Amino acid sequence: MSDHDTEDHLEDIALEPLPLDAWHRARGARMVPFAGYEMPIQYEGIVAEHNWTRESAGLFDVSHMGQLVLSGPGLDAAVEAVLPIDLSTLKLGQQRYSLLLDENGGVLDDLMVSRWPEALYLVVNGATKWDDMGTLREALPDDITMNYLDERALLALQGPKAADALARHATGEYPLSALTFMKFGQFKLAGHEVTIARAGYTGEDGFEISLPAEAAAEVADLLCAEPEVKPIGLGARDSLRLEAGLPLYGHDLSPETSPIEAGLTFGINKRRRTEGGYPGAERINREIVEGTTRKWVGLKLEGRLPAREGAEVFAGAEKIGTVTSGGFSPTLQAPIAMAYVASDHAAIGTQIEVEVRGKRLAATVSPTPFVPHRYYRGS
Amino acid sequence: MPRYYTDEHEWIDVEDDVATVGITEYAQSQLGDIVFVELPEVGAMIEQGKDAAVVESVKAASDVYAPITGEVTETNGALEEDPSLVNSSPEDAGWFFKMTIAAPAELDKLMDEDGYKAFVEDL
Repeated sequence: MSDHDTEDHLEDIALEPLPLDAWHRARGARMVPFAGYEMPIQYEGIVAEHNWTRESAGLFDVSHMGQLVLSGPGLDAAVEAVLPIDLSTLKLGQQRYSLLLDENGGVLDDLMVSRWPEALYLVVNGATKWDDMGTLREALPDDITMNYLDERALLALQGPKAADALARHATGEYPLSALTFMKFGQFKLAGHEVTIARAGYTGEDGFEISLPAEAAAEVADLLCAEPEVKPIGLGARDSLRLEAGLPLYGHDLSPETSPIEAGLTFGINKRRRTEGGYPGAERINREIVEGTTRKWVGLKLEGRLPAREGAEVFAGAEKIGTVTSGGFSPTLQAPIAMAYVASDHAAIGTQIEVEVRGKRLAATVSPTPFVPHRYYRGS
Repeated sequence: MPRYYTDEHEWIDVEDDVATVGITEYAQSQLGDIVFVELPEVGAMIEQGKDAAVVESVKAASDVYAPITGEVTETNGALEEDPSLVNSSPEDAGWFFKMTIAAPAELDKLMDEDGYKAFVEDL
């Protein structure tokens, strides 16, 4: 028996332990190499953890992600020259999705940008953070300071009961319930200063908590002592984000894909679509106007056999695309996938086929998210 | 009846001239929740060490190799209905297929239960 393997294999590189390494092992996690770290893929099992997050609340250690703080004179203009974001509409306490693009408009990373007092706080992907720092450093003027917060951990608490569990412990100038989706604030947890953003990567309501690495185990213990909360591994994180129709960098997004093909036009803020002035603007703006030859779509497959990354998509004899993420949806009890397909086969309801080990599986282009988002936007 | 094990975590039971093949408790625990099992065709000739079946978990697809060379004589239809049998009963109700034993000497290269136990403990 052996894995076909879609995983990042980085055994040759020295793997770093994350701040919660011992905490995960003590809780029975199986650790795997991911993004240069040893990370928990699962504790009790991917399906149980997936369902628990959808029904209650799950705690994810995402400390591998890069937390960066940019500051300095002319910060907004400097960052707008690098990212297609409109910072004039990003107010203190708000977070927004953005994209790091190359000169051709290909995606180098997707990231979150938050407005801090006199600074911008970025969360970037773990596997790309070193390259991102290089790209940003090179593109930003010398008087913009970039701090890599390598002594901060990042925990995500996700699920319909996350707010109840976290509200018992988080204290601040205003109650946790004042945070709506994509807002953040300063709070205290177990006596530690933390930043809490109402955001996540599961499609559920939830929070991302940035905190000092040395406080991570205490806070993780505190949250997991709540009856609603269990620790959740990377395996369920992947199946949850796939059901939520959210892209995973390095699989669904890469320098070979444009954000417009990927349906991430909202990541190019309105003012920037007309003004340009960021890497790749020419191609991006052309694609917004003229459309793209392929599109990233959701697929529902018949039967139970999942189609994985790399599976080819066909309309009759013609190859029309490739699966970039796929698996078995625990919520829908059926295989689902995301694929880039030719735009003339991208309409919802289009019948196509996916080839897995020489077999053609019937599939339908389907709306995403596959499982509805339940973000908290205020009562 | 003697049971043998491979270093790829398959087990094989030998009864007269028929062998039954499945994956071990250790294998299922590593794979996690199994959602689909692709079994070989009855009548297919399979060769020791070559692909014989594929197990799909939520996370990934894994190959199951033929422990010995022979012809597939029967497959476990229950796995089509309920692939999670491989998780709940990997070394019994979750068997994969039965096959003939073309070269009995191939069995000599496999591990017995104690040998496999020691092998897993070393992983």
